[in-house]
Amino acid sequence: MAIATGTVEGHRPKQTSFEVERIREDFPILKRKIRGKPLIYLDNAATSQKPQVVIDAITRYYSAANANIHRGVHYLSEQATAAYEAARAKVRAHLNAREDREIIFVRGTTEAINLVAYSYGRKHVKKGDEIIVSAMEHHSNIVPWQMLCEEKGARLRVIPMNDDGELLLDEYEKLLGPHTRIVAVNHVSNALGTVNPVRKIIEMAHAHGARVLIDGAQSVPHLPVDVQDLDSDFYVFSGHKVFGPTGIGAVYGKASLLESMPPFMGGGDMIRTVTFEKTTYNDLPYKFEAGTPYIAGGIGLGTAIDYIGQLDLSAIAAYEHDLLEYATRAVSGLGGIRIIGTAREKASVLSFVMDGVHPHDIGTIVDREGVAIRTGHHCAQPVMKRFGIPATARASFAFYNTKEEVDALVRALLKVREIIK
Amino acid sequence: MSDLGDLYQQVILDHNRSPRNFGKLADANRQAEGYNPLCGDHFTVYLKVENGVIQDVGFQGSGCAISKASSSLMSAFLKGKTQEEAEKLFQTFHEMVMGKLSEPERLESLGKLVALSGVCDYPARVKCASLAWHAMIAALKGESREVSTE
Repeated sequence: MAIATGTVEGHRPKQTSFEVERIREDFPILKRKIRGKPLIYLDNAATSQKPQVVIDAITRYYSAANANIHRGVHYLSEQATAAYEAARAKVRAHLNAREDREIIFVRGTTEAINLVAYSYGRKHVKKGDEIIVSAMEHHSNIVPWQMLCEEKGARLRVIPMNDDGELLLDEYEKLLGPHTRIVAVNHVSNALGTVNPVRKIIEMAHAHGARVLIDGAQSVPHLPVDVQDLDSDFYVFSGHKVFGPTGIGAVYGKASLLESMPPFMGGGDMIRTVTFEKTTYNDLPYKFEAGTPYIAGGIGLGTAIDYIGQLDLSAIAAYEHDLLEYATRAVSGLGGIRIIGTAREKASVLSFVMDGVHPHDIGTIVDREGVAIRTGHHCAQPVMKRFGIPATARASFAFYNTKEEVDALVRALLKVREIIK
Repeated sequence: MSDLGDLYQQVILDHNRSPRNFGKLADANRQAEGYNPLCGDHFTVYLKVENGVIQDVGFQGSGCAISKASSSLMSAFLKGKTQEEAEKLFQTFHEMVMGKLSEPERLESLGKLVALSGVCDYPARVKCASLAWHAMIAALKGESREVSTE
């Protein structure tokens, strides 16, 4: 039954093409009016909206199947456990991991990176070692590594980028060496939209015996990800950016690595036996899942993955690519605009600054037109510094956005020009 | 619903375009930095205080139209005010931008600064309007540290 697995199979046949109007029907919030105007939601890199099936799955869980998992022998507990574990299997399949136990549920990308830094990092990084991140990381893929370096006396190295926002692989090669323990890089930059050549980055790190964590927060919503093909050691993402609930995300880790790592948090569910003398830990993935998890969130995420699974992903990728190109042309065409992030390979993100207008003022004015964009440093202050700007305005797209919405953004930007002369 | 014109009043746009007292004050004897890490607004406020009276004000930095205009209007308004008056004005100003001014007649004491009253309808922008004021108070108190709106 639907509750037990959180599935939307049978919801409708797999789509073979892409009809945006039909997709929009699935997202109730898109019918909302903001200040009397239709909502134009272009802040998908911050969080995506949720389809009705995800909202329903969470409601169904709480109204018909709520119980704690992995504990009770009663019917509801078994049902909840089955649904939660089914969600894990869906995440595994979506990332093409080998085994379900390689998927660990966490709160989101930030917790995921902290888990790897704390558990793998503390065990394997020693004084004099080096950890490599890139110049375009989100703070969540900088700070946990900085904390680890500080604790261990290790050194943080940074892969530089060019003016288009592309990583310089030649410089990266020079950074790699016998001291490199971990390389942590995002697949898609949240501030610039750059799609990084992570397969190459991983291959180069492996040639030096280093392990690699890929921050997939911005890639999983837009690109197919195959962790086996990438040969990624760790791959992490957040549920709420892939049309699932906030507060749930996952770490993929190679089983052999996860096996060798100490627990991240101690508590219930992560143990096999506890005495006051000694505790033995549970098997993967439970070793890393102390305490009652966000069961409804896991089920919601599983449903979100089912939802995107029944769409035509290659048609979506083509549509999003087209939309981003259209938006880039339209916004650039206004004049007095500088696009921040002009890499050849980009996904979803259009960051820009406008001559003589601070991004914050852009954000406030376009909001009055019902257009939701993000303004600020996007938790990537080093990126802002690299481009010599305090902040950008950022429109970020999902497959439910349309060219008409881009046109509305452009009209709103004209209004900005009109007001701030 | 408030109109954007209530926020971006002409006087604000004017002070944004041509900020008054912009630049480092050579003979300042007090200064403090204000930083809003959320949006990157960053200003340094310079004061020349003699015998408890603010003789001169300058400011430097970058930020949005609201923060820049607020800094500029403040710099012009504070000249000649006593330390005590400045602190009182800060109170009134802060209550105004928060939309919590208990006695509307106190608005009069703010002069041109009333142009920033529209900010109270934009909660996300209150920090922009008050940034330079926090720095100014820190400077008056002789705190040379950076003040943050966070």
